[in-house]
Amino acid sequence: MTDKCTGCAESQEKARKLQEIIEGYKDTRGALIQVLHEAQELYGYLPLEVQREIAKQMDIPLAEVYGVVSFYTQFSINPKGEYKINVCMGTACYVKGANEILDKFRTRLSIDVGECTDDRKFSLDACRCIGACGLAPVVTINDEVYGKLQPDDVDDILDKYEAK
Amino acid sequence: MIKSIADIDKIRQTKVADMQIRVNKDAQPTKEGGRMHIMVCGGTGCTSSNSMKIIENLEELIRINQMSDEIKVVKTGCFGLCAEGPIVMMYPDHIMYTTVQPEDVSEIFESHVQKGKPVKRLLAGEQTEDEITNALDSVDFFSRQMRVALRNCGAINPECIDEYIARDGYKALEKVLTEMEPEDVIETIKNSQLRGRGGAGFPTGTKWSFAASQQVAQKYVCCNADEGDPGAFMDRSVLEGDPHSLIEAMAIAGYAIGANQGYVYVRAEYPIAVERLTIAIEQAKEYGLLGKDIFGKGFDFNLEIRLGAGAFVCGEETALMTSVEGKRGEPRPRPPFPAVKGLFGQPTILNNVETYANVPVIILKGADWFANIGTEKSKGTKVFAVGGKINNTGLVEIPMGTTLREIVYDIGGGVPNGKEFKAAQTGGPSGGCIPASELDTPIDYESLIALGSMMGSGGLIVMDEDTCMVDLARFFLEFTVDESCGKCPPCRIGTKRMLEIVTRITEGKGTMEDLDKLEVLAKNIKASALCGLGQTAPNPVLSTMKYFRDEYIAHVVDKKCPAGVCKSMVKFIIDQDSCKRCSICKKNCPTQCISGDKNTPFSIDQDKCVKCGVCMEKCPFKAILKNA
Ligand SMILES: Cc1cc2nc3c(=O)[nH]c(=O)nc-3n(C[C@H](O)[C@H](O)[C@H](O)COP(=O)(O)O)c2cc1C
Ligand code: SF4
Ligand code: SF4
Ligand code: SF4
Ligand code: FES
Ligand code: FES
Repeated sequence: MTDKCTGCAESQEKARKLQEIIEGYKDTRGALIQVLHEAQELYGYLPLEVQREIAKQMDIPLAEVYGVVSFYTQFSINPKGEYKINVCMGTACYVKGANEILDKFRTRLSIDVGECTDDRKFSLDACRCIGACGLAPVVTINDEVYGKLQPDDVDDILDKYEAK
Repeated sequence: MIKSIADIDKIRQTKVADMQIRVNKDAQPTKEGGRMHIMVCGGTGCTSSNSMKIIENLEELIRINQMSDEIKVVKTGCFGLCAEGPIVMMYPDHIMYTTVQPEDVSEIFESHVQKGKPVKRLLAGEQTEDEITNALDSVDFFSRQMRVALRNCGAINPECIDEYIARDGYKALEKVLTEMEPEDVIETIKNSQLRGRGGAGFPTGTKWSFAASQQVAQKYVCCNADEGDPGAFMDRSVLEGDPHSLIEAMAIAGYAIGANQGYVYVRAEYPIAVERLTIAIEQAKEYGLLGKDIFGKGFDFNLEIRLGAGAFVCGEETALMTSVEGKRGEPRPRPPFPAVKGLFGQPTILNNVETYANVPVIILKGADWFANIGTEKSKGTKVFAVGGKINNTGLVEIPMGTTLREIVYDIGGGVPNGKEFKAAQTGGPSGGCIPASELDTPIDYESLIALGSMMGSGGLIVMDEDTCMVDLARFFLEFTVDESCGKCPPCRIGTKRMLEIVTRITEGKGTMEDLDKLEVLAKNIKASALCGLGQTAPNPVLSTMKYFRDEYIAHVVDKKCPAGVCKSMVKFIIDQDSCKRCSICKKNCPTQCISGDKNTPFSIDQDKCVKCGVCMEKCPFKAILKNA
């Protein structure tokens, strides 16, 4: 951990927030998944230390926490990029050429699904339907939704983010 | 706080008057309601195409012109015509605008709002210049539908409980608590013959009666809003457009079976739906429509939301309940059925969002009204999310028994670009295909099963001649292999073997024996998998093999993909007669495998070509052909 010191105050702040999250679910039965969602929101992913902390504070065996994290595809134990690209590979999008869109992201960023660019700027994932099937094929980048895409649009979109 | 029926009646009356101009053109505007309501779609589809900016721009203009007393902007749920979004609907004129851009707002405002002159270029459908009609009556997409479950979607502001109340909201709960015994409620649902809209079509009233007959204190009511079928978004639209109908129905179910606690399991991929439902639950609590002693009738009911985390198998009922408990969502064998031992080991009923959305209407209009709609064994309506190669992608609600042809051609506007309809896929990864020869089959639970498909939750994907059916089967298998929880070997190993074989076929390496092997594997998996995911996983393969065996044979014997989809069998070639030697293809080819110049003919080095299709896309003279 090279950034231990500079990140000190920040990581304490996050630890405090995590505690608050868990506190908030004290009286809720079976709250683990909800806690993990909020923890992932806070940290961007769920590193082992965070899982350990959740296990300790919720009094659940770490193995069980890890079991849940690994079962659900939305939980990630690896950090994501600053811009999280999600290409919808649901049926409606697939039939309308989502594959070509995904290929285009792959070649342009030189990363595969589940990976992150070296500069941590972009990560690429394929997801299932986000419910915007009327706009197929659909891609989300963080909270932005891009619909009715053609492979050519990928360049424009990435140019925009690269300029940021 | 609503303590009695009189309290809610007062709210209803006031709000009905405010909203009257949406129903009746000549209605007298009220002071609170204003003279014009501009409904802007705030569903996921339209929000993605920037509808929130439209609202912002409208409100800004209204504020500047000090018209906020007269003109109301209402954010609604999905109208169903998402592909044409953002949708804006103007009342009292009943005029619908489609694909409205934020830049169009000033024109709508100046022309329509200020001068009463509709903006013709933005009108929905094909309307004649001089006769502008009520879009909901005149545009085929809407006029041929029958909206029961979607009755409020697009018609109200889902974040305003009063608007729901004004549309007879919470009246069914009121009726149930004041006039009906729990047994009467179950009788009514039974008599309506409502069947589950989440997949299997189990009779809802029967399910409720099982749970009701359990003599224990703690029972639960659950809602399946996991909507796992990729390409389906009916449940999303109800949650986003009419969340109170779900809350009301779940409270009714709670009363019927004797439960005081409900859980809605929503997929986390639907942030807007979660937000609207959260707001709705808060409002219902504030009004006392959730909580203790509802309407002063001694019935308590609470509701909580639980988020999924991206596991398709959690749509299966036992897995869903395990997931609500915060654990790995693995299915378990049944019996015991959830109605006996469900969530936290207590009797539990689980129904789909659309199933619930029908309940308040059935209570108010009666079981007979509902049972009169549809076919002999499938009553009421069904919402389909129609997507793929069809002009009007979107949500349609039609009476059971409507033919596929009506959905695809009359409502859906047919297949784009003059292409041929090849098949429609229903039931998602558990379902199958309906080929063109069956376009006239009336759609209900039974007829779809007979065709080797199933109703599923309502995804309906249209495919044209450019879709390869073998590749589609591969796509669904890949999905099930990915989503298998791994608990039982037939599903964990069997579907993987099937995927390997189908992949081999799409790569041109399949044999005729492989086709037989697929059939044997499919039969075994169906018979021995533990849960519905595995039991139905082979369906897409079986169904495509049944109706499109010739395509499989073309792949296996001729090593050809008739639709030109399977890459290893596709070859790009340059047609020398049309090639103008402009060099554009060469510049764009990512592997630099195109050679040629002004004096030498252009050609593609097939060994280096990665079949990306870029050259074909870029050639201005359509000189590059994909051979099949
Ligand atoms: C693998 C699998 C996935 C399912 N996914 C869903 C789903 O996303 N939504 C749903 O309502 N039902 C789904 N079901 C069906 C449910 O198990 C259950 O039958 C249904 O929610 C019951 O409600 P209903 O009777 O109102 O249809 C799924 C079933 C299986 C086997
Ligand atoms: S059939 Fe598949 S999803 Fe269902 S329990 Fe078995 S392995 Fe899990
Ligand atoms: S398909 Fe792609 S790789 Fe092949 S020749 Fe065309 S551009 Fe080059
Ligand atoms: S782009 Fe088309 S016309 Fe131009 S060189 Fe290539 S094949 Fe010939
Ligand atoms: S299939 Fe891509 S948004 Fe639904
Ligand atoms: S989201 Fe606006 S019409 Fe569907």
